[in-house]
Amino acid sequence: MKKVEAIIRTSKFEEVVNALAAAGVTFLSFYDVKGHGLEKEYRTYRGTTYDVGYIPRTKLEIIVSDDFAPKTIDTILKIANTGKVGDGKIFVTDLSEVYRIRTGEQGHDAIN
Amino acid sequence: MEGIFTANNLWMLVATVLVFIMHLGFATLESGLTQSKNTVNILFKNATIVPLGLLTYCFWGFNIMYPGGDYAGGFFGFAGFGLSMPEGDAGLAGYADGAYTYWTDFIFQAMFAATAATIVSGAVAERVKLHSFLIFTFIYVGFCYPIVGMWKWGGGFLNTMETPFYDFAGSTLVHSVGGWAALVGVMLLGARLGKYVDGKIRPIPGHSMPLATVGVFLLWFGWYGFNGGSVLSADPGLVSLVFVTTSLAAAAGAIGALITALIVVRSNDLSMVLNGILGGLVGITAGADQMSPTDAIIIGLIAGAFVVLAVVFFDRMKLDDPVGAISVHLVCGIWGTLAVGLFGALAGFPQFISQLIGVAVIGVFCFVFALLLFYILKVTLGIRVSAEEEIEGLDIGEHKMRAYPDMVEERTNEKVFS
Repeated sequence: MKKVEAIIRTSKFEEVVNALAAAGVTFLSFYDVKGHGLEKEYRTYRGTTYDVGYIPRTKLEIIVSDDFAPKTIDTILKIANTGKVGDGKIFVTDLSEVYRIRTGEQGHDAIN
Repeated sequence: MEGIFTANNLWMLVATVLVFIMHLGFATLESGLTQSKNTVNILFKNATIVPLGLLTYCFWGFNIMYPGGDYAGGFFGFAGFGLSMPEGDAGLAGYADGAYTYWTDFIFQAMFAATAATIVSGAVAERVKLHSFLIFTFIYVGFCYPIVGMWKWGGGFLNTMETPFYDFAGSTLVHSVGGWAALVGVMLLGARLGKYVDGKIRPIPGHSMPLATVGVFLLWFGWYGFNGGSVLSADPGLVSLVFVTTSLAAAAGAIGALITALIVVRSNDLSMVLNGILGGLVGITAGADQMSPTDAIIIGLIAGAFVVLAVVFFDRMKLDDPVGAISVHLVCGIWGTLAVGLFGALAGFPQFISQLIGVAVIGVFCFVFALLLFYILKVTLGIRVSAEEEIEGLDIGEHKMRAYPDMVEERTNEKVFS
């Protein structure tokens, strides 16, 4: 089982989630994040342009079985890509245990 | 005659309530252009300035500003404490040649009085100590405003010069009076923490552009009473002309600011356009009854351009004015007053000189008055909150309240990385 975390452009959020749903991803959390990376965000206020010091992005957290992980990652790589600096990153980690709260099922059964 | 008296008086009362709503405009504009952690504080100031202005004007202000014919040509007069309606017809149809009653005169002028102090509130926002500011306002609006007002509107020396100084509705008498105090306040207070980092300007955006926009439109709305009422009767020709010049100058101010912001700072900055509207309004105020539509448009365009340049200039001079009050009220107040000598029915060299004298004399008096007052407050009570309080916000520091208690608190103004 894998946890796929992806930081993507907020403007790409709907497109990515729709594509993931079409690919069969059924379990997904997301939240707005602020951070900093290669890209800079500039604002202008009363004649001064300034660096806001952070960039806003959306972070997805997806739990999938091992064999489903490549498809999930490919979908995000393809859909969230604009080719410009600031498209985001994907992190993949192994999960040792997963439980479904309603039934108490464990591991692979808890995901599907 | 009775009917005309009623119509005149009614218009003056309508104008009075229009001026009244400008205070809501100031309150919304100032809260919109400042951070949400200081919103209760700025609203508190606005909600107390208007009452302070009305009460001081009732107790003595009105009688300092309009002491009567005995003080013609003078510097200071006083007709006693409180209000006293002249008996019989003398306070009614006989009061101002049938233009308005004694009571109308007082309440219209009283609404003006609080305006001068409201201007200061925005400029010193987000760092001034509440009680010091209220004491300042009490004394400034209680004494400085009516003393200066007497010099012209009360029949004082600026009104009896060979070529009388002209200020129709108060570009100088109201707006610059407030503007000078705003300048002094900003000078003595210093910039907000975080406004200048390593010598560079780091803007501190206001928390609500919708509130700021509502404020500016309310001010524009109220200005029809501010200028339209300053005709001091319902004279059909003059009131309608003033409505036209006021509208056109405001519109031209917006466009002047838009174009200047595009050229000079290369952005479509809403806050600049909003300030431009106000700049145009302040600019036309001194000569709203003397200008042709073309004059009004030129005055407004230039005022709008001045506002943008002044905002950028004061920012670079490290004079931190969160709402642009100095640019709008002082710079455009001076511009509008001088414009009476350059455009319109009174234009001419002697008039221009009289305008210069008025601007200079009132400027020096207000600057020194505000400087002394702010300085005394600075060395006694102190005028600036502690750094901790400023970072936490004056809402918690001065009021133990939040303006938006159920909204997630965000400190977007703090630069985490650089």
